[in-house]
Amino acid sequence: MFGYAGRILRINLSSGKITTEPLKEEIAKKYIGGIGLGIRLLIDNSRPGIDPLSPENLLILTTGPFSGTIAPTGGNGHAFVAKSPLTNGVGEAKSHGFFGAELKRAGYDAVIFEGKAEKPVYVWIDDDSVQIMDAKHLWGKSPQETEDIIREELGDYYIRVAAIGLAGEKLSRIACIINDKTRAAGRCGMGAVMGSKNLKAIAVRGTKDVPVAKPEEFLEFVKVLHERMKGPATVKYRTLGTPQNVLVHNSLGCLPTRNFTNAVFEGAEKVSGEYLNMRFVTKIIGCSSCAMRCEHIAVVPEGPYKGTMARVEYEPLWAFGPHCGVDRMDAIIKAIDLCNYYGMDSISAGNIVGFAMDCYEHGILTKDDTGGLDLRFGNAEAMVKLTEMIGRREGLGNILAEGVKRAAEIIGKGAEKFANHIKGLEMTGYDIRGLKTAAVGYAVSFRGADHNRHGAYALDIAGKVDRFKFEKGRSKLVIEIEDLYMIIDSLIVCKFSRGVYYKGFEDLAKYYTLVTGIEMTAEELKKTGERLSNLARLYNIREGLTRKDDHLPIKVMTTPIPDETVSKGSYITQEELDFMLDDYYAHRGWTREGVPTIEKLTELGLEDLAHIVKGKL
Amino acid sequence: MSHIHTRKFVSADPEKCVGCSVCEYICSFEKEKVFNPLKSRIRVVRLNTIVNMSLSCRLCEDAPCVAACPRDALKQSETTGIIMVDEDKCNGCGWCIEACDYGAIMLHPDKKVVFVCDTCNGSPKCVEWCPEKALDFITKDVLAQKSRISAVKKLFQETLKS
Repeated sequence: MFGYAGRILRINLSSGKITTEPLKEEIAKKYIGGIGLGIRLLIDNSRPGIDPLSPENLLILTTGPFSGTIAPTGGNGHAFVAKSPLTNGVGEAKSHGFFGAELKRAGYDAVIFEGKAEKPVYVWIDDDSVQIMDAKHLWGKSPQETEDIIREELGDYYIRVAAIGLAGEKLSRIACIINDKTRAAGRCGMGAVMGSKNLKAIAVRGTKDVPVAKPEEFLEFVKVLHERMKGPATVKYRTLGTPQNVLVHNSLGCLPTRNFTNAVFEGAEKVSGEYLNMRFVTKIIGCSSCAMRCEHIAVVPEGPYKGTMARVEYEPLWAFGPHCGVDRMDAIIKAIDLCNYYGMDSISAGNIVGFAMDCYEHGILTKDDTGGLDLRFGNAEAMVKLTEMIGRREGLGNILAEGVKRAAEIIGKGAEKFANHIKGLEMTGYDIRGLKTAAVGYAVSFRGADHNRHGAYALDIAGKVDRFKFEKGRSKLVIEIEDLYMIIDSLIVCKFSRGVYYKGFEDLAKYYTLVTGIEMTAEELKKTGERLSNLARLYNIREGLTRKDDHLPIKVMTTPIPDETVSKGSYITQEELDFMLDDYYAHRGWTREGVPTIEKLTELGLEDLAHIVKGKL
Repeated sequence: MSHIHTRKFVSADPEKCVGCSVCEYICSFEKEKVFNPLKSRIRVVRLNTIVNMSLSCRLCEDAPCVAACPRDALKQSETTGIIMVDEDKCNGCGWCIEACDYGAIMLHPDKKVVFVCDTCNGSPKCVEWCPEKALDFITKDVLAQKSRISAVKKLFQETLKS
């Protein structure tokens, strides 16, 4: 095969059995790779209703067909898929850097981790040789320390490592998996699943060639993409970076502030992308094989957190900044660094700190609960301290590490009103009370609260639609982007590059064929996107999720935006949400309960999974 | 006859290099028609997120790798200064690797002989493809000139603005 390695590696951590099986071309074309292939493997290899942190869950690591080639952004991706300990539905997270390319060169399209090791281990994949190694000496270490120690003991400084930190070891449901020291497969608690298997790290060395079907034409296309990547489609990522959003969202009244109390932040200037770049960004770097540069590396020049270095993107900046009412960039950078060190999803961690502050402001949590921390909104040092407590599962942090939904249930006293999540996954930095196209995308997202499953906020923010009123038929726009994003995450090209595929599915289909030699038309690829969206829905239905799980955070549905801004008074009623869901399901060809019909499944070639919907139609 | 002053080699500007390894991919493709950084003549080093740099053969005068070879498998071109490997003579003993201070000569993963940058006959592909224009095909003299100019530009940046 071209592009694909043609092999799936299966590692049973309970028995120590290691096997490989072929990846059939038919399956490759139908599910592409990345999260698409991952979700299909999850459905086929696990039984319904399992506890996500039990040995029965699988941790599936996939590459994409472009991984290991010079395809810009596509060459370096990998994805993790498992049943999410936050949502009990599909959990998936992608990451870039160097790790994915190395795994492809070792000769694998996917690795399935089954069972649970008796004691802490790491897996050492050295081309065809795969070993389960003792990791006793790595337990308690950060992902960064783990990478250094593994390289030293295996005696090769180019080995690539993906590892969990303390958060994953301690089964924090917001734990992530960090690769190449600074990159994270962040969302959905994939690090907790890895920790539940006693799997500390995955170390990879791959020395094989990655052949491409039509190398000359492929390189020509890559050159075109390089040129486009220097153009307007990526200018935001190369200049101010995603933190540019802070002032944009603030001016539109959609910058969630103080745990979705406000939609405008008075301290926005001080946490803006402009200020970050002027004062803190030292260098903008890039991933393997990429022609963009997006990784804004910030260094704190002075004060209590002097010398702290972290990559800063909008989402974590928002979560620890405006969301906590914090206007100190140094503290935000420190909190992000702590997330990398302990191995936690920085979006979820910041969201939870803001939640705890809201509870404190409302007397639900007191100094007795916080260990003396004054958790008022805006207290930057308390924010940093609580982030560390969550990472270490100390004091209140032990409860908060369960994720915002479960933490609110444990705390009780009405705390759930302040828990901003969907399906159990913490909200991200868009105040969807006044972004109603995005709102439907958030509600139906199969991995819970997330902007990256649909990107529908872009329509609202660019003013292409009336963002305060959702009309019949609007869902079509959301579905189109959702299906495109399924393909992007299955090829594992970076979402930051989405603007350079000028012809959308047509460009991506051509790209796919040049690499793999497998014929693919734009229409087929679009259909594949729809197939994969339905596939994820099927998994969630199998695990018991229903229409009622396509909800929005309580605050979004009860509290109008109070600020003197364009979005003032906007929120979403139950009636409106029902209208949105009816419209969305209808355009998906699903029932009113959100279940794909047998006809739909047959049309998409998923009839072998029809048993999941039987009795639910 | 070529002279160290006129020899052009591939040099990376650490201020510009971001460690993306596009150079490695394009080198392995140009030389061996495969995508595999292990077959690249230029290699990226990332010490941490902000310290990145690519390295390749610097065409030293009286190259120590040539002197170190006990089998006379290496020769330095008199015209261009590039190191030429006689693959029949080389047995992969690695003395040249030890002699090179820059890790620029390496053992080939398949052929078990050493390999090194040959500047693509004077038009290196890595320089052409570098998205950051961090790579230059340049002589040591011009490198020094450029450094001097940028140092003076920094010193007089206020004057230059007005």
